[in-house]
Amino acid sequence: METKNYITSYCSIKSGKVNVNGKETYSDINLSSVDFIKSVYKQFQLNYPKFYKMDHLCKLAFVASDLLLKSNPIMQKYAPEDVSVIIANSASSLEIDTEHQNTISDKNNYFPSPAVFVYTLPNILIGEIAIRNCIKGENTFFIFDKFDADFMGSYINSLLNGSKAKCSLTGWVDFYENNYEAFLCTVEKEEGILNIEHNSEQLNKLYNN
Amino acid sequence: MDALIDQLKGEIIEQLNLEDLKKEDINSDAPLFGEGLGLDSIDALELIVLLEKNHGIKVANPADGKKIFQSVRTMAEYIQANKK
Repeated sequence: METKNYITSYCSIKSGKVNVNGKETYSDINLSSVDFIKSVYKQFQLNYPKFYKMDHLCKLAFVASDLLLKSNPIMQKYAPEDVSVIIANSASSLEIDTEHQNTISDKNNYFPSPAVFVYTLPNILIGEIAIRNCIKGENTFFIFDKFDADFMGSYINSLLNGSKAKCSLTGWVDFYENNYEAFLCTVEKEEGILNIEHNSEQLNKLYNN
Repeated sequence: MDALIDQLKGEIIEQLNLEDLKKEDINSDAPLFGEGLGLDSIDALELIVLLEKNHGIKVANPADGKKIFQSVRTMAEYIQANKK
């Protein structure tokens, strides 16, 4: 018999709006993508010395995960090894890859930046989330054309039901040019703040909310 | 020297993305690593790039880095002593 898992909290950041557990907590639709993400960081006083050093993709993942885990402090409930982070996107790290390429394309002005180069992989955002929250469980980053609720739902259920994790922080974090979108949620074996059954239908519903 | 120190502070803020800092927040003699600005190993590499890109100075011996990057003032002194 299949075991039920639950979406216990979620956070989405897109189109100049922040939504945590179904409630709009902040909005400013007049800012550019970069400025909006920084304004979210300042608005919620997410004090973290390394924030400004991150690339835009990591900044977006950082603010979304921080707001999510402030609403649902799972690290107070689970051992670091029992929490997994499984995230996907479409643009990979193309934004910062392009920036890096620009620093090495001119042989007469060849100054690759180490601080830019270290972000030229999308899964670095998982590392930033893991470092911030001391998460040591399974982690994987996928790249899809679009959010694939069937795959993500099934993957997370197999992790939780196979006892690879007791809780998973999962979702979609995408940033390219002026387009950005973050949808992160926590999925647990036990009921939590929200008790939405974890399946592809519910994931799609929350993602499109 | 004061003008170079002031210029360096601006360059450091820009190169290291220290957006929440202003020039006047940086003590010219405070340690750049550990205490003070709390920079890390990636920042150290960025400072080496900064010296080469903005001032045309290559740090030939990495072991010299500890002395050069002690503070903004030691960086400025190194630039002044090695500028062509």
